[in-house]
Amino acid sequence: MADAIADTRRLYSKPQSINDAYGPPSNFLEIDVANPETVGVGRNRYTTYELRLKTNLPIFRVKESRVRRRYSDFEWLRGELERESKVVVPPLPGKALFRQLPFRGDDGIFDDSFIEERRQGLEQFLNKVAGHPLAQNERCLHMFLQDESVDKTYTPSKIRSA
Amino acid sequence: MSFFGFGQSAEVDIVLNDAETRKKVEHKTEDGKKDKYFLFYDGETVSGKVNVTLKNPGKRLEHYGIKIEFIGQIELYYDRGNHHEFVSLVKDLARPGELTNSQSFDFEFTHVEKPYETYTGQNVKLRYFLRATISRRLNDVSKEMDIVVHTLSTYPELNSSIKMEVGIEDCLHIEFEYNKSKYHLKDVIVGKIYFLLVRIKIKHMEIDIIKRETTGTGPSVYHENDTIAKYEIMDGAPVRGESIPIRLFLAGYEMTPTMRDINKKFSVRYYLNLVLIDEEERRYFKQQEITLWRKGDIVRRSMSQQATIASQRFESPSERVQEPAKEKEDSS
Repeated sequence: MADAIADTRRLYSKPQSINDAYGPPSNFLEIDVANPETVGVGRNRYTTYELRLKTNLPIFRVKESRVRRRYSDFEWLRGELERESKVVVPPLPGKALFRQLPFRGDDGIFDDSFIEERRQGLEQFLNKVAGHPLAQNERCLHMFLQDESVDKTYTPSKIRSA
Repeated sequence: MSFFGFGQSAEVDIVLNDAETRKKVEHKTEDGKKDKYFLFYDGETVSGKVNVTLKNPGKRLEHYGIKIEFIGQIELYYDRGNHHEFVSLVKDLARPGELTNSQSFDFEFTHVEKPYETYTGQNVKLRYFLRATISRRLNDVSKEMDIVVHTLSTYPELNSSIKMEVGIEDCLHIEFEYNKSKYHLKDVIVGKIYFLLVRIKIKHMEIDIIKRETTGTGPSVYHENDTIAKYEIMDGAPVRGESIPIRLFLAGYEMTPTMRDINKKFSVRYYLNLVLIDEEERRYFKQQEITLWRKGDIVRRSMSQQATIASQRFESPSERVQEPAKEKEDSS
């Protein structure tokens, strides 16, 4: 049997610098949806969620931010992204209208397990969307994630890196 | 008596003179089956015998002529009726008359031009075959014998590497490099992907080989894409400055040489598709055409020559300490 010769051809590459190899990665982006709080009384109650963002991406104005948002704000964001960008926007967790009907055995939309389910869905949604290079160019996403409040009368525009 | 044409009164058979020595190769037919056929190259002579066997030795066979044809044709599946013959040669073996006994006829097509390679694809087929025909009043008796033709090339004079910087602004910048732009069918793609900027969360990276068959002209052009290979080259998240090597052996895949605008009827082209997939299953890709060619397997490199090539490290010009080993093919 003929001796086989291992084919180990390689192209030359510059060695990686120590800083690049062991330094912090350039793609750090962490978003948590946490601390649901129900505010208001009676029929005017609604639940808000805390959005915590930590990043080192230059496209984000603030490297650490915390804001409070409610479900309808998420719906607004999704609508804006669908209209303004070419992104295929992932779905939100369900609207659960049936939970808003009267005469339910449980707390409806203020039920703990429902809120937890919704919180998880919102967190998944945000992580999918915030990491999308095209969505990151949309003013509405940055306003939603980092501005004190959502101004629904804003002018849609594209963002370029600082 | 084959009064109604049921059952032939004669059998036709084609036998090549060099059937014992000529190489046979496997070729996949239209229905996916693999069969073996005699292999021919451009310029080779096709010679042999046509054997006519009479079923009933006593009975005479009347005929309007016996001939043999060598045909090269292109058949588009969506237009089966029209065969485009690009090679059509004929030799008359017998004038109209009658055969009293089984008989054998010699034929020779000298130095036949076979400009294209045999190809069976998704929407088009290019084939070469011999066809012996006994012309008769009601129905002809004929026999076809397919052969396979391979087109050979030699190492190209110019074979530059493919090197390009691509990406999404401020998000992902990579530089990819493939050592050649023209590869033979048993070659190795040696390359690398160098990461300049990584602001997305990459999960893994693969390189695909895509075959694109294009048929038709003008308004009705059909493209058939087929992913021949998917080869993962990286698993995990890279960072800036990281270099991922590529070593992809082509011999393991069923491919044909690149065919460009064959007889103005069809093309078969190959592309390398570099695909990066991020944590959210988003795909980022860059397609690059490569040219494939068929090398004649006449020359055998010596062991030391093979060892030199196999351990090659391609030095970049600015870092060169010694001259890189050059790949040489013996022409003898």
